[in-house]
Amino acid sequence: MPEPTTPEAGRFDAVVVGAGPAGAAAALELARAGRSVALLERGPFPGSKNVYGGVVYGRVLDQVLPRWWEEVPVERWVVRRSTMVMTGHQSLSVDYRCQTWGEAPYNGMTTYRSRFDPWLAGKATDAGARLVTSTVATGLLRDPSGRVVGVRTDRDGAELHCDVVVACDGVNSFLAKEAGLLPRAAAEHHTLGVKEVLALPREVIDERFGVGNGEGADIEILGCTRGIPGGGFLYTNADTVSVGIVVSVRHLAASGVRPEELIADLKAHPSIAPLLRGATVEEYGAHLIPEGGYDTIPELAADGLLVAGDAAALTLAAGLWLEGVNFAIGSGLAAGRAAARAVAAGDCSAPGLASYRADLQSQFVLADHKRFRQAPGLVLSERVQGRYPALICDLVESLFTVTNPTPKPGGLRLTVNAARRNGVKLRELAADTLRAARTFG
Amino acid sequence: MSTESTDTAGTGTGPRRPSDERWTGISFATRMATVDFRVGRRAHITVDADVCRGCTTRACVTACPADLFAPTSDGGILFNYEECFECGTCYMVCNHEGAISWTYPDGGQGVVFRRG
Repeated sequence: MPEPTTPEAGRFDAVVVGAGPAGAAAALELARAGRSVALLERGPFPGSKNVYGGVVYGRVLDQVLPRWWEEVPVERWVVRRSTMVMTGHQSLSVDYRCQTWGEAPYNGMTTYRSRFDPWLAGKATDAGARLVTSTVATGLLRDPSGRVVGVRTDRDGAELHCDVVVACDGVNSFLAKEAGLLPRAAAEHHTLGVKEVLALPREVIDERFGVGNGEGADIEILGCTRGIPGGGFLYTNADTVSVGIVVSVRHLAASGVRPEELIADLKAHPSIAPLLRGATVEEYGAHLIPEGGYDTIPELAADGLLVAGDAAALTLAAGLWLEGVNFAIGSGLAAGRAAARAVAAGDCSAPGLASYRADLQSQFVLADHKRFRQAPGLVLSERVQGRYPALICDLVESLFTVTNPTPKPGGLRLTVNAARRNGVKLRELAADTLRAARTFG
Repeated sequence: MSTESTDTAGTGTGPRRPSDERWTGISFATRMATVDFRVGRRAHITVDADVCRGCTTRACVTACPADLFAPTSDGGILFNYEECFECGTCYMVCNHEGAISWTYPDGGQGVVFRRG
């Protein structure tokens, strides 16, 4: 773990605020381009303030390092991806398994942010970036024209001057707020993730989840949040399991239900409890997630300033796809490249930094967000959250419950019955099916 | 880091399991004891009790994942900054401008997640 270092007086070509995945990636590209760059981190080490669900999709790391998988701090390589729909006493799982996901070049991995983030920040420092930990960027420095020319820190008020600041300061980004790019608070576009990490012996995890040789499982769950828009998750690490819920903060606050009660519900569910039996809580944590999608992504550049990662609301929460770290890395790399080009060209104005957005549009970061821009609204809608989990479970239950001597009814009849029992009109079911086809098609 | 596992004084309201599965409902204090905090002297979050006295929603009391907001008998809110996750939920859900003043703790202080 790096010891806190004191910022030097003087200036850098760029100051990157936040040494999470976005900031480390931005600092890496700036350093690789030969630029002097300071990477500020308010925690004692990168990742110390971060909590995520649990899976990093590493394809974007191919841009960072060839054969990164040979050295990345991994817990398990995900070979099972399950989607579970549940009610209090029912559950239906779609369980996909792929052994090639457990071989190079891999797909998704579980890892701890306290290990992954320092590893990635280490790539930036290896390339020449200067990591400064235990230091808060408390505000932006501006010249008389309003252009951002550095940051103020809480190290005796020390100032760092530069041509461009890259704000990778996370979901609460006070720098993006100060610059007027993000609203002060937008509860409707944020979810709260609450997670418990539970210790279990490695071989017990292997047996219960049907994996081995460093393989892991990823379970995404709908219907476990008492109708509060959101979902649950369960990820296997080497000798722990991460289990938690993600819920709309606005609806959580209005519900009167405490977040840890939702985790307790999930852990006690008959489909989940046997997987966790005997586990001991190793750590509890929580973090906000910007889940508003494409329509809530702010302006990404101002004069002397770029925004990347969660600070730019770039987490993808599109139902089947729940990705954030890869979007942070992708946006950070692009921000670092754009900043390096602008510094080299001597123009760090907003137009001089515009190649950042164009770069993001040409690749997954903004393309995926644009494609699934309707997804947050659909996934968090009242019927998807409050009625469809029970409708689906009731339908499957009626399909597989043998009612001899009564003959089996047809599938359409069972669907009509399940819909009616859960207060869904067929017209609504058809409309939502069409909407889903449009959203994800 | 504490690895205490069982405590019968569970705060969860999920279905209670037989006694050999008490781990499903650990106490909130046990839960919070698993987290490493480097407590600074400065309170990084302050609550204006006068504003809070007029609040009927008390969204922060429900939503704070660290359960740090406690209603007081005079209608105000008591806030403990020491075990804060620094998540931002409280100011996001607060509908009274100026009730919650929110900053990050000083550099190097506050929560340190090991398994985040």
